[in-house]
Amino acid sequence: MRFLLTDEQSDFARTLRSLLGSAQVPAAVRAWADGDAGPGRALWSRLAATGLFALAVPEAHEGAGLLPLELSLGLVELGRAGVPGPVVESAAACVLLSELADESLAKRFLPGLALGEASATLTLPGGSPYAPDADAATYCFTVSQAGVLRLAGAPAGPLRSTDPARRLSLPPADGGELLAEGPEVTRAAGVAWRWARLLTAAQCLGVGEALLARTVEYAKQRTQFGTPIGSFQAVKHRLADTLLALEFARPLVWAAALSPGPGEVAAAKLAAGEASYRAAMTALQLHGAVGYTEELDLSLWLRKARPLRDAWGTPSACRAEVLRSLTPRRR
Amino acid sequence: MNLAQTAEVEEFRAEARDWLARRVPSSPLPSLETAEGFAAHREWEAQLHADRWSVVSWPEEYGGRGADIVKWLVFEEEYWAAGAPGRVSQNGINLLAPTLFDHASPQQRARVLPSMASGEVIWAQAWSEPESGSDLASLKSRARRTDGGWLLSGQKTWSSRAAFADRAFGIFRTDPDTPKPHQGLTYLMFDLRAPGVTVRPIGRLDGKPAFAELFLDRVFVPDEDVIGEPGQGWRIAMSTTGNERGLTLRSPGRFLAAADRLVGLWHGHGDPSDTALRDRVADAVVGARAYELFTWANASRFAAGETIGAESSLNKVFWSEYDIALHETALDLLGPDAELADGEWAEPWVFSLAGPIYAGTNEIQRDIIAERLLGLPKGRR
Repeated sequence: MRFLLTDEQSDFARTLRSLLGSAQVPAAVRAWADGDAGPGRALWSRLAATGLFALAVPEAHEGAGLLPLELSLGLVELGRAGVPGPVVESAAACVLLSELADESLAKRFLPGLALGEASATLTLPGGSPYAPDADAATYCFTVSQAGVLRLAGAPAGPLRSTDPARRLSLPPADGGELLAEGPEVTRAAGVAWRWARLLTAAQCLGVGEALLARTVEYAKQRTQFGTPIGSFQAVKHRLADTLLALEFARPLVWAAALSPGPGEVAAAKLAAGEASYRAAMTALQLHGAVGYTEELDLSLWLRKARPLRDAWGTPSACRAEVLRSLTPRRR
Repeated sequence: MNLAQTAEVEEFRAEARDWLARRVPSSPLPSLETAEGFAAHREWEAQLHADRWSVVSWPEEYGGRGADIVKWLVFEEEYWAAGAPGRVSQNGINLLAPTLFDHASPQQRARVLPSMASGEVIWAQAWSEPESGSDLASLKSRARRTDGGWLLSGQKTWSSRAAFADRAFGIFRTDPDTPKPHQGLTYLMFDLRAPGVTVRPIGRLDGKPAFAELFLDRVFVPDEDVIGEPGQGWRIAMSTTGNERGLTLRSPGRFLAAADRLVGLWHGHGDPSDTALRDRVADAVVGARAYELFTWANASRFAAGETIGAESSLNKVFWSEYDIALHETALDLLGPDAELADGEWAEPWVFSLAGPIYAGTNEIQRDIIAERLLGLPKGRR
């Protein structure tokens, strides 16, 4: 038992953090929200050089193998930096295609996705009908309730999300190229779904960390009544609670990445999604009026926290899953 | 990174599970906060000790098994899953013993630890004073130098289990003229039946009488019962409270077992259409798992040679508030039966209410988190 990151895992996260720290991500986010995916794509190609997109692709197809823990660590960093685009969905699409034992499909799509030359979004049965960022992604996959996998044709949209950097589209129900169908597709979609939920949990954790860090910095600098507001006990305690929720969500995300069963993944998503959304509410309250403005970069994370909390499994859906997947302990 | 235990740990688990399955009393012992229950629990401690299960993490020479933190956590998981009794010796084992291992002389360890392990001597903590709770450094009880030892005078309060315990440990002011309140304090052990000690039980919220205040009037303590150097009591005590809030005060095993019972209660009493209550049951399950995993991560840090500092405050706030939420959920599931004081959930619910107060109030813990982990400026409390 060693429930700690290895040096390689920590190094990988640090590499991403330093790359993203100097990448002027907020400008890319704002451009993305305005429909200009150029700076975002440039960011993605820099990320591809770290091997990030290869972490959900088998080695036979230019990938690094399916490595949920490393990819989760990556998604924490992407969430912390606020990276725009369908990273979670691209990875889930890779998992879906990897799980289908269809060599020609794998050959056609996976190498490009692994190298970050292509991106993907998708909708899966039982989930949101809206595919995020279909207008910017190379591919838009859909899996129907009946287990039909299609490469969707040009979707309508985009529709506005409460997070302007998530551009939602409604892919046509039956349109596009038929890629595969049958129970095998439904099974693969289930696996892809769990990855999407896990990676969203990791992204939430990073978003929450960013919100907390920015709010702590603000509370140290902003003075009222002649003293930094961060010295007030009421302010301190809200921030302490934010840290608490994030720190107890983190090991749930790690454990779910180690063994991505439905219950573990649901627990991780529930805890990380709620922690991140609470971090957003605290950030808004403690920033006061300036937090309610679009000008402040804080808004980029504030508006992301709620959609991510609900994406790939609302808290309520996750709670139900936790109870459903319980195996009774020894009495 | 992995959560799989080694074959050696699993063997240890199997041995503990087997022993507990054969020896855990079939019906619960009376509350250890009563005279009758105290005696019954002391007897249970002796049984544990006879087969070296009372202090598994101690070296073998003191009655332990030399178990590392991983094995200790595994033992705790098995212990609570087996429905074994609460530990009447916990103040000594969790608070005093780590201090003795870190700061006492070999002679003191040889004198104090074996009788603690066997339950023959049960220890009470004597930290708080009427005006010194969260601001512990403001304590006023004195220890004055005398021939061959010290004379204690003053008052201690909120002393858990002191009404029935044998001995107590705490810090006392030995130098009243120091510039800072946490200087000039000395850590020592004393006999609760020594001349000059008056123990006055205080009924707790749950009506149990084991809680007490202690009045001390020139109580003699020999030099051999001073731990570490006189005047260094604050530093020594802080290493103990770190233990208390950190890993050892509440093991995840206890909450995993309680969450498991709660799920059983939900299946027996739950109304499937009451999704609000269902959600709270799920939160209790997730909370126990989060606490378990957080603890494994900390145990891994220990094993890697790291130490835990202010992070122990995260632990304390989490489990104490989790404990209340879990028990409140059980009471809500029980409906009218929740009110019955002898029910399976009522007593632990009342007990849980003290969690955010003792071992450093949660307000103080949140200040520590904010100042030491987040770097926020100190302010007026």
